Amino acid sequence: MSVFLDHASTTALRPCAKSALNDALEVLGNPSSVHSQGRITRELLEVSRDELAKACGANRSEIIFNSGGTEGNNHAIKGIFWDRNAKDAECKIIISSRTEHHAVIDPIQWLAKNQNAVVLFVEHFANGMVDMDSLKALVKDHGQRIALISLMWVNNETGVVADINSVTEIASEFEIPVHSDAVAAFGHVPIDFQSSGLTAMTLSGHKVGAPIGVGALVVARSAKPISLVHGGGQERSLRSGTMNYSLAASFAAAAKEATLELEHETARLGALRDQLEAAVMDTVPSAIITAKGANRASYNAHFVFPGTQSDAMLFLFDQQGVCVSAGSACQAGVLGPSHVLMGMGLSELEASACVRVTLGKTSTIQDVQLFLEALEQVHPVALQATPA
Amino acid sequence: MRVLAAMSGGVDSAVAAARAVEQGHDVIGVHLALSRMPGTLRTGSRGCCTVEDSMDAQRAANKLGIPFYVWDFSERFKLDVVDDFVAEYRAGRTPNPCMRCNERIKFAALLERGLSLGFEAVCTGHYASISEDGDGNLELHRSLAMAKDQSYVLGVLNTGQLSHSMFPLGATASKDLIRQEATERGLSVANKPDSYDICFIPEGDTREWLRDFVPTDPGKIVDSEGNQLGEHDGHVGFTIGQRKGLRIGTPAADRKRRYVLEIRPKTKEVVVGPEEALQISDLFGARYTWCGKAPDNLEQSFDCDVQVRAHGETVPAVVTIVDEEMRVELKEPLYGVAAGQTAVVYLSTRVLGQMTIDKTRSKVSTGA
Repeated sequence: MSVFLDHASTTALRPCAKSALNDALEVLGNPSSVHSQGRITRELLEVSRDELAKACGANRSEIIFNSGGTEGNNHAIKGIFWDRNAKDAECKIIISSRTEHHAVIDPIQWLAKNQNAVVLFVEHFANGMVDMDSLKALVKDHGQRIALISLMWVNNETGVVADINSVTEIASEFEIPVHSDAVAAFGHVPIDFQSSGLTAMTLSGHKVGAPIGVGALVVARSAKPISLVHGGGQERSLRSGTMNYSLAASFAAAAKEATLELEHETARLGALRDQLEAAVMDTVPSAIITAKGANRASYNAHFVFPGTQSDAMLFLFDQQGVCVSAGSACQAGVLGPSHVLMGMGLSELEASACVRVTLGKTSTIQDVQLFLEALEQVHPVALQATPA
Repeated sequence: MRVLAAMSGGVDSAVAAARAVEQGHDVIGVHLALSRMPGTLRTGSRGCCTVEDSMDAQRAANKLGIPFYVWDFSERFKLDVVDDFVAEYRAGRTPNPCMRCNERIKFAALLERGLSLGFEAVCTGHYASISEDGDGNLELHRSLAMAKDQSYVLGVLNTGQLSHSMFPLGATASKDLIRQEATERGLSVANKPDSYDICFIPEGDTREWLRDFVPTDPGKIVDSEGNQLGEHDGHVGFTIGQRKGLRIGTPAADRKRRYVLEIRPKTKEVVVGPEEALQISDLFGARYTWCGKAPDNLEQSFDCDVQVRAHGETVPAVVTIVDEEMRVELKEPLYGVAAGQTAVVYLSTRVLGQMTIDKTRSKVSTGA
């Protein structure tokens, strides 16, 4: 059995999510049907909506269940842009960051390429935090022409936590809608949608212990992002498709448990992470802890190992039975330099020499020790395998 | 032995990996990503380099129960194979990119990486065999399946590379048997079409592809006496022996078809002439290597057979090494041999060595 330290990619199904799913799968009915079976499954769905809303500090009407993070990000970004741009053709600027997930960057770039959107990026400090002055300057310069600001809550690679309240405060001067990809944040940092000032927020089920294939876009009551696909309009007329009450029930159960455990787990994983980072620095003194000094989510440890290549490191760790990750792989499975690290200003060489270790509900000190033992084997070989 | 199986996503490399596993080796499957921007689906008769091919390779590895990885050699491939390919054409030569890939990527970059990561051999689906002579020296031989024999493109391997190479398909009599075996093993690639084209040229049209890299550069089409017969919009992409696409209006005085005989990049001239002028009698090359042990007495000429194309005919020849140059005197003429091509020297089925042809000589008229 391998040591799984890649919980940011996906994490183990929580038993409560599994049983909620299994229970719901036993129930027959389409939540839109007007008969008794329809009402039963509708109730399952709406209870799930209540639970998820509570877990993220939203109103129940603000939860739009969907298939996951990529759909949520696409819907929020394209939908809000289309809505704003239709009302004012000059309102076509999107402000975002070079360190966003591809599920944010790619829809933005698609809009720029195909729909005349203009993309502007905020600056970052060396530790990965957004330079709020650069955001202020962009907002001041472009004001009403800004259709949308999209900045992630927690960076999926480096774990850097953004100050979302400051972002929405800056945006409020011109009433610019702000979207945040909170996929890597939910269940790991306290989230309260209503007090965040956000217009939209993306959540994904499988990052908190629900199955892959369910998520939610949280959309403020005041907003109406244009739909990506059209049909029955089942979810607040914003998202169409027969509602998957089983996955919704599972997601809600996982979210509820994750939120209840958040404080305790944050402290537990933070302690493990600190131990891991200290031990890594003892083993490989040349290693660099990414985003050190920034506010980081406690389950994330991210390193640059100068003189190595990520894919060699990952290969060798895998051979030792340790599952970790680096930047995102392309469709063909090739690991490129991390665009996140390059977005923070690191060199291509550094961005190609990183390893991400992410902890989760099932992580123990034994996992950390096994990782460290593997690192002792892996690092010298990876150094040797990297052409000078 | 710890073995890296290079898996293109085709049937040959999948069966080769399967055989390596069956022989008891500790095998890991690796798909080489050779393009930074791979296509999604396979098109035409290319056999690798798309996401679909990578997935095919992974399916095969999963079937064999071996770990699988995609390793990125796109940068090396661009520098060592694609750029070299373009540069050779620019210089009026006709390169063999598969050979370069074997020389610099599969049995160099991949092998070096494998060795540094603790592997002992690279296993591929090439149709060729490695054996030992009486003294334990490694030799590369043609495969039993002569129709598929790929020993030619492996002629660049040296002793060190041979000692870390595995070609498990060499003793199989035909490709049909490989496909049959793949079916029996439940490999989804069993009936995948063969690939013929150069992997990085999607439409298989080299001249068209080269247009993106080489600016239009018009010049003259002339005969051996220097008389202008026509014009071309760039010498790059013409190949010795080419007949089609010359666009010469007037027919030759003797009414015979005309062929490209020579490309002169400096004067931008493409020389054409009759078919018999393509008859090549001698080959010369300063860039030559021995595959395995070199002949004992290099001061003496020796009889051998020579092949100048991957699936071309073999002709008897005499090889002499003079002033660090390999000279090959062909006992029967070869047609349309171009500088840049590789001549592989065989002793019966054994690959003795190879050279990149710098110069040819024609008995009929002066060659390139």
